[in-house]
Amino acid sequence: MDFELTEDQRLLNDSVSRLLADRYAFDARRGYMKAAQGWSQELWDKYAELGLLGLPFSEDYGGFGGGAVDVMMVMEAFGRSLVLEPYLATVVLGGSAIKYAGDEVQKGELLPRIVDGSLKLGWAHGEQQARYDLTDVLTTATKDGSGWTLEGAKSVVFHGDSADTLIVSARTSGDRMDEAGLTLFLVPANTPGVARRGYAMRDGTRAAEISLSSVKLGADSVLGTVGEAYSVIERVTQAGIAAMAAESVGACEAAHAMTLDYLRTRVQFGRPIGTNQVLQHKAADMLIELEQARSMAMLAAMMVDEENPAERARNISMAKVGVGQSGRFVTQNAVQLHGGIGMTEEYAVGHYFRRVMVFEHMWGDSAYHLGLLADQVA
Amino acid sequence: MDLRFTEEEVAFRKEVRDFIRQNLPARTRERLRLGYSPTKQDIVDWQRILNKKGWATYKWPKDHGGSDWTPTMRMIFQEENQINHAPEVNGFNITMIGPVIIQFGTPEQKAHILPRAANLEDWWCQGFSEPGAGSDLASLKTAAKRVGDDYIVNGQKIWTSTAHMADWCFALVRTDPNARKPQEGISFLLIDMKTPGITVRPIISIDGAHHLNEVFFDDVKVPVANRVYEENKGWDVAKYLLGNERTGIARLGKSMERTNYAQELARDVRQNGKPLIEDPGFRQRVAKLQVQAKALELTQLRVVAKAAGNSDGKPDPFSSLLKIKGTELLQDTAELVMDIAGPLAMPDWAKELDLLNREAGDNEPAIGPEWAGYAAPPYLMLRAASIYGGTNEIQKNILNKAILRL
Repeated sequence: MDFELTEDQRLLNDSVSRLLADRYAFDARRGYMKAAQGWSQELWDKYAELGLLGLPFSEDYGGFGGGAVDVMMVMEAFGRSLVLEPYLATVVLGGSAIKYAGDEVQKGELLPRIVDGSLKLGWAHGEQQARYDLTDVLTTATKDGSGWTLEGAKSVVFHGDSADTLIVSARTSGDRMDEAGLTLFLVPANTPGVARRGYAMRDGTRAAEISLSSVKLGADSVLGTVGEAYSVIERVTQAGIAAMAAESVGACEAAHAMTLDYLRTRVQFGRPIGTNQVLQHKAADMLIELEQARSMAMLAAMMVDEENPAERARNISMAKVGVGQSGRFVTQNAVQLHGGIGMTEEYAVGHYFRRVMVFEHMWGDSAYHLGLLADQVA
Repeated sequence: MDLRFTEEEVAFRKEVRDFIRQNLPARTRERLRLGYSPTKQDIVDWQRILNKKGWATYKWPKDHGGSDWTPTMRMIFQEENQINHAPEVNGFNITMIGPVIIQFGTPEQKAHILPRAANLEDWWCQGFSEPGAGSDLASLKTAAKRVGDDYIVNGQKIWTSTAHMADWCFALVRTDPNARKPQEGISFLLIDMKTPGITVRPIISIDGAHHLNEVFFDDVKVPVANRVYEENKGWDVAKYLLGNERTGIARLGKSMERTNYAQELARDVRQNGKPLIEDPGFRQRVAKLQVQAKALELTQLRVVAKAAGNSDGKPDPFSSLLKIKGTELLQDTAELVMDIAGPLAMPDWAKELDLLNREAGDNEPAIGPEWAGYAAPPYLMLRAASIYGGTNEIQKNILNKAILRL
């Protein structure tokens, strides 16, 4: 058991925190959000410069050779600053898909371009009817000579509107809910037949609905083994949960700190409202839940690389429930303790609240994962 | 960062588990598994078995018969005891008076008290709370007046757990009623419970059992040699002791053990024509408790790891977090077990049958399965968990003072 960070991790943490303190004040963020793509290209280039985009990839591909703990630290810092750039979509989700499923040629071609910032990815798996079921895929890919034709639609694809390449899951055989018969495809976003409808999520980050009609792809567009993508989809989802759990912890931490500030400075009835014990105890409850969430985000990070699939899935579910429930408590009460100002668009607390709300509703909410865990009670 | 236990830690866990399974008396094990409190004899026997092995005083410094276990190993030891239905060692002896004497005692006090406390030759109790001094402990009034080489003690203590079975009591008494601050006029005395003038009156708690007492002191003579540390400096001793009390107070292993037990029971109990374990609501309730226990286990390890790195020996304010979450979990798991028994948890037949001595040959049958008769008392008794050791509200005040600083 060891909770220490390595020297490299400490340095990384310092440089990320410095960059964000410098460039990601809440007002600056509002500016980035106004750009057409909804995030800052300049900051993206900075992340590449700092090596953040290559963090989880091996040195063979120009990466940093880090692991899930490194990603956890970066995501926590991103959560504290509500970073808008497509890091989760490109490095964590897209990057994991290539790492787990790509052949040497694909890795050699794609990973270095993630690392240098020139390739942005979209993880196009979810569909409107699927809710949280990873196997519920209606999009089809049919054999077309040596290539494939894709038909269907993908939903709430993080940063799908600015991605250069989409990683699309499609059914190549089997029935709607089958694990077998799913295949991943690398689809350049400008392929004819791909239409994207970009929008802002409730928390201001970007996503897209993607429609695929008669999208013609070559044989080399297959990522991984035909018909056997399910285990990859599961691992990519788990990596996404772990990363976004850490991001949520960062958001909770910042929301809690802002709340403490507010309790110290907001004066009513002639004294700071934080002198009221009922509010002190609520803030203590928030601290407790924050630390419980942090423990669970650490668990999730450690489990991303766990080899035993059942063990990995169970612990990731536990972390999803833990961070989801604790995060909900912390950010709901952050709004509550701020009173009216917490309800406003111009104030950061409501944005932290909404980031955690988006986490809760991606890849299975707390009730869904609790259901999975409950199925194992015996 | 690596959240896995090391090979040494895994091996240590196995060593502890094997030792408990081979040496814990079967009667004790069964009593705890059923959810009942250990008897005095259960605790004495087990503590002596551990002491012989050198494990009873593992929290003490090595040169006083303690261990050099890492904080993680200590946590594992406690957890294994709880999971395997072993009683906890007498906390008054091991967690409270032992460390106090090691820190503040005279050489004579150390030589006499420590070995007897370790082997449970003497059973200690804690005379702190008074009718008017609960959370506000420093307002205590029990007076000790110096007369020659003795103090004459007059007053009353309350909520004194196990006073009725104790040989000795460590007590906070007021030696200077005129001190500037309430904390400044207090001394820490060791009182022989056989001294004339002491009256112990039982307080029966809502679980129907006798854990608690009132203790009255009427001109009780206590030799000055039985004072620990300086006169009027008893508050420093108390603060040190209370800091120790908070470590390990989460009793997480106990919550895990109760959750396992609940699953075991729910396989046999039927609801709506099928085993309760198949009820979705029940399963969600278990899963939720498992998630909370997992999070608390990791948080506890983080607090423990931090303690290993800091040498000032002061209690980590985060131990308040463990106390709050740990006791909530204890309460929820005890409630789960009770709810499985349902209506059969409600008859109080223990009162009639002297449950503790049932193996002595009672032929009066239990009402329903025997375990159901034990299901409600732990739930009732554990309502105290969020009250004792500093109420959970006081713990939140501590978190506020030390960390939030509002």
